[in-house]
Amino acid sequence: MGKEFFSYLKCRECGRQYPKKAVHVCEFDFGPLEADYNYEHIKHSISRSVIESRKQNMWRYRELLPIDGEPTVGLETGFTPLVKADRLAKALGIRELYVKNDAFNHPTLSFKDRVVSVALSRAKELGFKIVACASTGNLANSVAAHAAGAGLKSYVLIPADLEQSKVLNSLVYGTEVIGIHGAYDQVNRLCSEIAGKYGWGFVNVNLRPYYAEGSKTMGFEIAEQLGWKLPRHTVVPMASGSLLTKIAKSYQEAIKVGLIEEQPFTVHGAQATGCNPISAAFKAGTDLIRPVPKPKTIAKSLAIGTPADGYYAVHAVKSSGGSCEDVTDEEIIEGIRLLAETEGIFAETAGGVTVACAKKLIASGKIPAGESAVLCITGHGLKTAEAVAPHLPLPRLINPSLREFDALVANDTAVHAAAV
Amino acid sequence: MPIPVSIPTPLRPLTDNLDTVEVEGASVSELLIALDQKYPGIGERLLDAQGNVRRFVNIYVNGEDIRFLQDKETPVKPGEEVSIVPAIAGG
Repeated sequence: MGKEFFSYLKCRECGRQYPKKAVHVCEFDFGPLEADYNYEHIKHSISRSVIESRKQNMWRYRELLPIDGEPTVGLETGFTPLVKADRLAKALGIRELYVKNDAFNHPTLSFKDRVVSVALSRAKELGFKIVACASTGNLANSVAAHAAGAGLKSYVLIPADLEQSKVLNSLVYGTEVIGIHGAYDQVNRLCSEIAGKYGWGFVNVNLRPYYAEGSKTMGFEIAEQLGWKLPRHTVVPMASGSLLTKIAKSYQEAIKVGLIEEQPFTVHGAQATGCNPISAAFKAGTDLIRPVPKPKTIAKSLAIGTPADGYYAVHAVKSSGGSCEDVTDEEIIEGIRLLAETEGIFAETAGGVTVACAKKLIASGKIPAGESAVLCITGHGLKTAEAVAPHLPLPRLINPSLREFDALVANDTAVHAAAV
Repeated sequence: MPIPVSIPTPLRPLTDNLDTVEVEGASVSELLIALDQKYPGIGERLLDAQGNVRRFVNIYVNGEDIRFLQDKETPVKPGEEVSIVPAIAGG
């Protein structure tokens, strides 16, 4: 004792301490609980070289994650590519740009694989046999897959109108998929009642203090992959606002434990205009989050009308000197296509939100053209294919004839340019 | 005329396990003062040291969050319903 890295849970509002159990809300003032660490001990236990000697997955930052023993779930998750995006940089008009590509995460192609790895590793430590979640799709996919791999039974609760591929990507793992007639916030409310009654491990309800910390690994990786330094700007999509606050926290922790030098960084938040409670509050100059009762956007993975961490996200953005933006469905589609056509990366609708918001932030000078930025891409495009499909051309069809092919490419300028 | 105020489960140990209690007042602020007099200790769970409604406590008058009405000064009339609901964490 006393030599643990992860000490206890602590209320973000009043600081009251709680034991490391499946609890997520302060009994006194209902504030959210967050993991607290012994940073002095961590500082003396890890270094760049220790981390670099470990396997390339998210658990290389294990001392800064809230579990007691060795991780047991998600051992191949994380350490996704940080792509230097020169062609997208040129298109957006910025000097130095990177894409942190969690569309490539293991095993379910979204950043949720990180949070679920932590939540289920902790769920096993706490003895849960059944795990569950409220989800807009990506989390459900990841809980279903990781639970199957860990031999846990799982229930995933989702709004009934999700993209087909996201539903299929949960069903295939043999999980219990429950579609709810209602918006995400209603699913979430129901889950909090179920968690209280059934005693299951809900990754984003009673296990939320553990789950949320998994997002930090995206930030640690960005810092390490940039050669142990921070990007000047980071653009992060916001649903509950948790990812943004945890990326800011990861940068602060990396400085605190001596992995990187003290340096300025700015985080910017991206939302869809059809569900923009955090961005709207920021733009109105308040931290009072007005709920969006009926979200209406193709970015369903960001459609949380009552964002649990909205207040903290506004403050993380503001205190770092950043901004929030939101974009229309048309701009989201353009963003997806721009990222695909310039960098060969197919992102889901949330990625289109991030790219399109970055475009606005650069155009307005909120991200200065001469500085560096990282865009956080959180999920794969095949998960939301039906949102993009109507906007793409159909393949051109011909018979297996060279003459027909000649006629087809006769007007393609690229062919003539290449032939010269 | 007393106004019914619904109490969330975590606070019922303070209200003799009643899920609804009746107190008098013409505004949310007056109701909260009356509530704390009747059930000492409930006030500090709802209001911070500056007297503001705590960030993760929601108070609704006829289903509307008072933050988007007149906050603590929101008037209440006989026949209206007041509910206290902790914020749902999740997502």
